[in-house]
Amino acid sequence: MRQQFSYSKKVLKHFRNPHNLGKIKDADGVGEVGNLSCGDVMKLYLKVKDDVILDVKFQTYGCAAAIATSSITTDLVKGKTIDEALAMTNKEVIESLDGLPPIKIHCSLLSVDALNEAIYDYLNKNNKKIPEFLEKKHQRSVTLEKMEGHGA
Amino acid sequence: MKKREVYLDYAATTPVDPRVVKAMEPYFNQKFGNTMSLHSSGYKVSEAVEKSREIIAKALKAEDSEEIVFTGSATESNNLALKGLAEANPEKKKIIISAIEHDCVRNSAFWLRRQGYKVMILPVDKKGKVKMEDLKKEIDKDTLLVSIIHGSNEVGTIQDIGRIGEVCRKAGVYFHTDASQSFGKIKIDVKAMKIDLLTASSHKIYGPKGVAILYVRDGIKINPILHGGGHEGGLRSSTANVGAIVGMGRAVEICDREREKENKRLAGLRDKLISGILNSVDNCWLNGEEKERLPNNVNISFEKVEGESLLMELSNRGIMCSTGSACSSNSLEPSHVLLAMGLNAPEAHGSLRFSLGRWTKEADINYVLEVLPIVIKKIRRISPFK
Repeated sequence: MRQQFSYSKKVLKHFRNPHNLGKIKDADGVGEVGNLSCGDVMKLYLKVKDDVILDVKFQTYGCAAAIATSSITTDLVKGKTIDEALAMTNKEVIESLDGLPPIKIHCSLLSVDALNEAIYDYLNKNNKKIPEFLEKKHQRSVTLEKMEGHGA
Repeated sequence: MKKREVYLDYAATTPVDPRVVKAMEPYFNQKFGNTMSLHSSGYKVSEAVEKSREIIAKALKAEDSEEIVFTGSATESNNLALKGLAEANPEKKKIIISAIEHDCVRNSAFWLRRQGYKVMILPVDKKGKVKMEDLKKEIDKDTLLVSIIHGSNEVGTIQDIGRIGEVCRKAGVYFHTDASQSFGKIKIDVKAMKIDLLTASSHKIYGPKGVAILYVRDGIKINPILHGGGHEGGLRSSTANVGAIVGMGRAVEICDREREKENKRLAGLRDKLISGILNSVDNCWLNGEEKERLPNNVNISFEKVEGESLLMELSNRGIMCSTGSACSSNSLEPSHVLLAMGLNAPEAHGSLRFSLGRWTKEADINYVLEVLPIVIKKIRRISPFK
């Protein structure tokens, strides 16, 4: 019976020196997920040109895993097309961090949600076609936000 | 600024005092006997165990050393107190605990609830104190036991256990207190305070881990939860952990002798840390009582800062402390103690506990006061909330 969890070196590295920290003032898409009560809020900003993610930045309130998953997600999507970014899963996030403690898996889901929300925002603003799964996911996150309130 | 190792988590556990280690040393391979053996090797260790029992009884102002039962941990003592008392006194079916008990009291009470007991959880005020009126109101004819923690492990608030004991004794209800954090620091007189059962631990007071006691007032019926060869008057079967018991006795002796001077020193450092943080960091506040507080406890909430990341940044800089944040717990629930005191979840997520101890120096406090504002700034910079 293993008791303590521990973070991988990669998680600690990203936590201590997060990549792409901050915000993009004239962002083309912004996604915010999570809530203060749960202890994790992520905000992700995208700069997009010709459906390619040119720049991405994040701000996160949360634990070390939440900060590390945000940071690695920004690394992973930079330079990708919107379609490629939408295909990204939390498994990729976890693998890129050399694993996450089981109790912190939700942080990787949250970072993918933040990315999806930012892409939704971009597609929506630019009157582009929104894939069905993304529309559903967005609706779910809006409902959750209404239910749990937003403590910011 | 030069990095240093600063351990400020003495409420989690303490290092064993070298004087305690020395007292324990003969009991590993010289005086290694079994207290139940009827030969000289057994007698020798039996005497050592009884001496330790007497030291602890004296420290608690107990009537008789027979009232001290050695167990393996404070968790075990608390389990024994609640479950053992319930089983031996089946006629009453209600148990009252406070909302800020340690998990081992809470979960023992919840276990009893599953056996058909009614468990009432007394609220606390915003400083973490139980209100006497609430207690009096809750005690009824069916109430068997009131269990209230003496010094809070999280926020350091000290309950007025003398008054609680008075209320319980008058009502004919048993009173148990978990004194794991207060024993050795706050003077306890089980007779004057009308305590029936009391839990105290060794590893919180510079003794070894793996030993604790339950004080059971003479005449109180209680059943064991471990059945076996009948050690500890039948209340706790298991070969006596002689070295650890001797160590706990020595640790109690040292605490008793040095308490006054040490408390003064610790309270001074504690107050310096509290005011230093409140003065140098924006949007933070002290949790718990200011005055009726364990001399070594500091608990502060930082607005819009998540405790686990704060803890890890501090650890990276050599400072070790703990947090009430959900993110650092196995349950992903924030501290039930802070929630019971009226904090909301984000406020509980942003709490840090520093607990000072025998080897805490003023330079350690100065180092924390230098590092903390920088770290808070860094964490707040990462956050979307400004």
